[in-house]
Amino acid sequence: MAMRATLRCLSANFSPRLPLLSSAGRDNRAARLRWVSGTRRTFSSCSVLSTALKFTEKHEWVQVEGGIGTVGISSYAQDALGDVVYCGLPEVGQRLEQMDEFGALESVKAASELYSPLTGEVTAINTQLAENPGLVNKDCYAEGWLIKMTIEKPEEVDGLMDQAAYDKFIKSLEE
Amino acid sequence: IVALKKTPLFDFHKAHDGKMVNFAGWSLPVQYKDSHIVSHMHTREHCSIFDVSHMLQTKVHGKDRVKFMESLVVADIAELKSNQGTLSLFTNEKGGIIDDLIVTKTDQGYLYVVSNAGCAEKDSVHMKVRLAEFKAAGLDVDLEFLDEALLAVQGPSMFRVLQEGLKDNLNKLTFMTSTVATVFGVPDCRITRCGYTGEDGVEISVSRLRAVELIEKLLANSEVKLAGLAARDSLRLEAGLCLYGNDIDETTTPVEATLVWTIGKRRRKDKDFPGAEIIVPQIKAKTFRKRVGLVSTGPPVRQHTPILSPDGKVIGEVTSGCPSPCLKKNVAMGYVDSEFAKNGTEIQVEVRKKAVGAVVSRMPFVPTNYYMG
Repeated sequence: MAMRATLRCLSANFSPRLPLLSSAGRDNRAARLRWVSGTRRTFSSCSVLSTALKFTEKHEWVQVEGGIGTVGISSYAQDALGDVVYCGLPEVGQRLEQMDEFGALESVKAASELYSPLTGEVTAINTQLAENPGLVNKDCYAEGWLIKMTIEKPEEVDGLMDQAAYDKFIKSLEE
Repeated sequence: IVALKKTPLFDFHKAHDGKMVNFAGWSLPVQYKDSHIVSHMHTREHCSIFDVSHMLQTKVHGKDRVKFMESLVVADIAELKSNQGTLSLFTNEKGGIIDDLIVTKTDQGYLYVVSNAGCAEKDSVHMKVRLAEFKAAGLDVDLEFLDEALLAVQGPSMFRVLQEGLKDNLNKLTFMTSTVATVFGVPDCRITRCGYTGEDGVEISVSRLRAVELIEKLLANSEVKLAGLAARDSLRLEAGLCLYGNDIDETTTPVEATLVWTIGKRRRKDKDFPGAEIIVPQIKAKTFRKRVGLVSTGPPVRQHTPILSPDGKVIGEVTSGCPSPCLKKNVAMGYVDSEFAKNGTEIQVEVRKKAVGAVVSRMPFVPTNYYMG
């Protein structure tokens, strides 16, 4: 997902420093939120992470089982986004290329686009999120899953970060 | 790189886990430990304090202060009761809005004016230019730009919380009236019963040397929590209040902005404010576009979202929008072609290249709770 540095529903004068979660943001020191370092981030609500999860630089995770990938956003991302109040998800059957924008998660303040971690076809969307978008915050690795998709190019999975690499990546963003 | 300006409460905010951001060149908290929604709802159900010291506070002194201020704004200031205030607008010669502000006619020999931080530079220049003209004409006016802190205390518990720190009965201070009092032992605080949330609330102007002391006394009451810019914006939008720079600016006239009520009766007759020749005829003749409220049936709509007619023509643009924490609906304000401006009119908005249904709605979206006495 892309965290925009400008919150679009405030005046043009207001440019809060949300972390630019795309790798391009790493070059922009001013964009790093000072409040992230030194505060206790609440991971407690998310279940123990399976080592099978792979991560993108845009903070999506994908878990592969039986040829189907389940996709969601990481705890770091849901924490930065704040309370999710609306989930814009694709249609079942929609074909996605890796990095295609497939939807958006919205907090009161901002919208963050979602980018497909893999190439494939959407087989299911989490319909619970329509009534209960807060699941993305409460249980981002399980109940808060976003979509399921086929995996057209398994080699793309290998190209994603494993848990250790992703943890290192987040640390580097906070420095 | 210019360093951000700090209010007298900067260290206090950081000590309370305030997440500091740049707003109009000031370092201010966007939120604290509580989430945006928790903070928003706490304001509607209990009481929140916002540091609004970044706003420009001005005193206008002198025998000709009313004439001076009326030469810049659309309000009937002469008709205001003693210690009564009103929302008003600085207008320009083209009929556009330079800023919105609250002007209060105090019984202390000055007008008290609060205007937006983002417009502080241009407002003060604007007032100083007029001041020079008045002085040159031998009139008696003086401007004093204050460096006091300003605290907004908003929500239904405000009354209970604040009364504990006041000798006089807060029941006597009705919406849009102002007084000076000692608050929790801090003297010379100007208290105005107004705010930017739609709730019963006050804004307290206090010496910068005693701002921390005052906010700590208020915060000692368990009803009270600190709130930041995020909640401030979603609260004012639910209350249908404009944000200068988004919903009104130098290209919008008060009539287009549905703010005709701010133009005083006498002022409409006398046409003696900047841009009057353009603005006053618009009151009867109507305008091509109007500011309206709207509710999206689909995703949240934000600033710059195109507004479409039912058959897909662009008829306007959203100027502010967000999911409403109270209503759990997606609300917004924007300008539409006047023929679509009636409440209940079905329109569309374009979100991520898809047309989504929306309805023109009356504002405020959430009922207000101003204390009328």
